[in-house]
Amino acid sequence: MRTSHRHSLALAASLLALAAAGALTAPEALAQERDTLRLGMQLEPPMLDPTAGAAAAIREVTYANIFEGLVQIAGDGAVVPALAESWEVSEDGLVYTFDLREGVTFHDGTPFDCSIVQFSYERAVAPDSTNAQKGLFEPIASTECPDPYTAVVTLSQPSSRFLFNMAWGDAVMVAPSSAETNKTNPVGTGPYRFARWVQGDRVEMTRNADYWGDAPAIENVVIRFISDPSAATAAMLAGDLDAFPNFPAPEALPQFENDDRFTVAVGATEGEVLLSLNNSRAPLDDVRVRRALAHAIDKQAMLDAVQNGLGTTIGSFSTPASPGYVDFSDAYPFDPDQARALLEEAGAAGATITIQLPPPAYARRGGEVAAAYLQQVGLNVELVPIEWAQWLEQVFRGYDFDATIVAHTEPRDLDIFARDEYYFNYASEEYRETYQRYLAATDQDEQAQIAGELQRILSEDQPAVFLYALPKIGVWRADLEGLWTNQPIPANDVTEARWAR
Amino acid sequence: MSRYLLGRTIALVLTALAASLVVFVAMAVLPGDPAAIILGTGARPDTLAALRAEMGLDQPVAWRYLEWIGGFLVGDLGTSYTYSVPVADLVAQRAAVSLPLAVLALVLSTLIAIPVGVYAASRRGRAGDVATMGVAQVGVAVPNFWLGLMLVILFALTLGWLPASGFPGWEAGLLAGLEALILPALALALPQAAILARVTRSSVIETLGEDFIRTARAKGLSGEAALWRHAVPNALIPVVTIMGLQFSFLLAGTIIIENVFTLPGLGRLVFQAIAQRDLITVQSLVTLLAISVIVVNFLVDLAYAALDPRLSRGGAR
Repeated sequence: MRTSHRHSLALAASLLALAAAGALTAPEALAQERDTLRLGMQLEPPMLDPTAGAAAAIREVTYANIFEGLVQIAGDGAVVPALAESWEVSEDGLVYTFDLREGVTFHDGTPFDCSIVQFSYERAVAPDSTNAQKGLFEPIASTECPDPYTAVVTLSQPSSRFLFNMAWGDAVMVAPSSAETNKTNPVGTGPYRFARWVQGDRVEMTRNADYWGDAPAIENVVIRFISDPSAATAAMLAGDLDAFPNFPAPEALPQFENDDRFTVAVGATEGEVLLSLNNSRAPLDDVRVRRALAHAIDKQAMLDAVQNGLGTTIGSFSTPASPGYVDFSDAYPFDPDQARALLEEAGAAGATITIQLPPPAYARRGGEVAAAYLQQVGLNVELVPIEWAQWLEQVFRGYDFDATIVAHTEPRDLDIFARDEYYFNYASEEYRETYQRYLAATDQDEQAQIAGELQRILSEDQPAVFLYALPKIGVWRADLEGLWTNQPIPANDVTEARWAR
Repeated sequence: MSRYLLGRTIALVLTALAASLVVFVAMAVLPGDPAAIILGTGARPDTLAALRAEMGLDQPVAWRYLEWIGGFLVGDLGTSYTYSVPVADLVAQRAAVSLPLAVLALVLSTLIAIPVGVYAASRRGRAGDVATMGVAQVGVAVPNFWLGLMLVILFALTLGWLPASGFPGWEAGLLAGLEALILPALALALPQAAILARVTRSSVIETLGEDFIRTARAKGLSGEAALWRHAVPNALIPVVTIMGLQFSFLLAGTIIIENVFTLPGLGRLVFQAIAQRDLITVQSLVTLLAISVIVVNFLVDLAYAALDPRLSRGGAR
C-alpha cells in the first residue's frame, strides 16, 4: 500500500485488470466456502443484545445460535428444553421447577448455574431495566436456587403463557460479567460464538467448540445485511449468498423456482397483516363501518398483488401456524354492495379515511390496493407514507390516526386487544374477561378452546380488518438443508444447517 | 494571501457551527423518539423512561446541544444510540469505504471525461464529436442507481466477474476491496463523466477561439500541439470547478449507490441513522460532511490559484 501518489493510479489500473482475472478462480473458492454458511438478512440489527432492544433482526442473528434460554421454540413452534433439561409445574400453576443442565459454560468460560437464571430474570424486571418485553417477566414473584442446578420460579398469578414467554429472545440467559457488553460483543451459551460485526455489512460467528449439545455441521456463519430487494435478488443469483431465509422480493420468486440451483421454501409465520383501525374515532367507532371495510376489500387480490399470492387470508387475529387457530377468513366475503349498504346504514357513505403507511412493501403496496377497493364503495381515502419512527410516535403512541397497515409479528399475542391502552382503542369487556379466562386456563385443550372464542369476538367486532397471515419466503441453495421453513418466532436458527452430499 | 486564508478559515468555522445548529434543530423537531425505536411496540413506560435517562434524552434541548458541540470541538463525537459504539469509530470505518469510493469515482470520471471532451472539441461538428456528445447526453440523463443495477446484471450476474454487492473489508486484501468498489464507482463515475466531458468540450472550444491560440498556430505549432500545450491547460479552470462540486456531491450523494450495492459507507450510515433516529450519529456525521464540503470548496479555490497565477494575485486584494 505504500506507493507514491504518482504510481497509485497505474497501480489501481493494473489492479482492475487483476480483479477481472481473479474472478476466474471463483469455483475453487466455492469449494472452500462449504465450511462457511453465508446468510442474507434485509435489516441489520441495531445491536446484538436481545434483552435490550425489540428489533426482530437482533433475534434473527442471535436466537438459538449465540444465546439460549431455559426453554426454546423449535422450528415447528413447540417449546423444547434448552438450558433447562426438564421442568415441573405445580398443580395451581404458580411454581415452575426447572432442572438445569450441568457443565454448561458461556463463551467466555463463565459457568452457567441457577445464579445466572436469577440474575437474568431479576435484571429484566429491575427498575432500570431496558428490556423491551419487560411485561413478559411481570408474573414472576421470585426466582430461588435451592441448589446450583435447580431453579424455582414462583409466579404471582397463573399464566398459561409463561413457559412460551420464557422461550422468547428477550428471556435468554446472560452472565453478569458480560451483560453490559452484549450489545456489541454478545456472549451466550449457544453453539455459535460471536466473532465479528462489521457494522453496516455483516456479522460473523464461529462454531463453539465447548458447546454442551451436538456441534453444528457448518463451522462459520456470515450474516450479511442487504436492505434493497433487488440487491438481495442479485446477491442470491450471483452466488454471493447461500441463503436468504426471509426473502424480501416475492415478485422475483419465479426466477428462483425455475432455477435448479435454488430451493424456494414458503412457510407460515405468526405474523398477521392488519388494516388497523382507530376504534374511538368516527366513523370507525361504528362496528357497521368496520364490517363494511372488511366486506369492501378483496383480501385474496391484495395477497396476489402484494405477496405474489403467497400467504393465507385470515378473518381474525390468528394464523394457521398458531395453536387454537379457527378459520374466520370467510366471515366477511368480498362484497362491495354489502359494504355500501352497511356504510349507508351507518351514515358514513362518502366519509374520508386516512391510512398511514409505514415503509415495508406490505404496507406501501397494500395501502394502494386497499385504497382502490375502499374508493369503489364510495369512501375517500388519503394515503400517508411515514417512517417507522413517525409511525411509533404518531400512530402507536399518539393514537393519532384513522387507519394504518401493519404486521403484528409477535407470536400468540392475543393480549394486545385486551390491553387498557393500545393504539386500536378497542375496549371490549367481553374480550377482556375472556382473555383473563384464557390466561388462567392450565389445560391445553381448554386454552385452545378459549383462544377460539377470543378469535370469534374479534371477528365479530373487527377492531381491525384482518387481512392475511404473513408468509415466510425462504430462498437458499438447493444443496443446503436444515433451515426453518416456518417462522414461529423471529429467528434464523442455523444450528441444524448442513450441506447435502 | 494570508489575510485571505484567515478570512476563509473564520468563515469556514462559522459556517460549520451554523450547519451544526441547523442539523441539531432539524433532528430535535423531527417526530420520533430514539428510545421508542429501540424498545419497539412492547415497551412499558418505565422501561422507556429508564432508557431515555441512560441516553441522556431527559436533559433540556439546549444543554444537549452544548454537550454535543463541546465534545465535537475536542474530537469526541459521542456514542451512537443504536450501535452503542463511539460515532468516531463508526465514521472512521465507513469513511474507509466512502472516501476510496468517491476518489475512485472522481478519478474514473476525470480519466474518461477529459480525453473524451478534448477529443470532441478537436473534432467539433464532425462525426466523432456528434457521437461522443450523443453518448454523453444519454449519460447525463441516466440515473446512477439504474446504471448500477445494469452493471450488476452484466458484470455480476451474466459474466460473474465481480460480486453483486457488499464489501469484504480492506483486511480481506486490497484486491478484494477494489473488486467490490469498481461497479459502484463506475455507476457513480459515468454520469459524472458525461457532465464533465460536456464541460470540458465547451471550455476547450471556447479556448481554441482565443487570440493566443491563433498566435501559437501562427508561429508554426501544429494543431495538436496548440491544443494540448495551450488550449487544454487554459480550459481546465471550469473543469476543476465542476470537479470540486462533483466531489462534494460524490461524498454526500453516495447514499443511493451505497444502498444499491449494500456498501457500509457514510451515505448508508446517514440513511440508517436518520431512520433509526440515531440523533447523535446524524448530527455528528452531517456536520462532518458539511465541513468536508466547505473544505473541498476551499481547496478548489486554492487549485484555481495554482492553475491561473492571475487569480492568486487578485486573491490578495
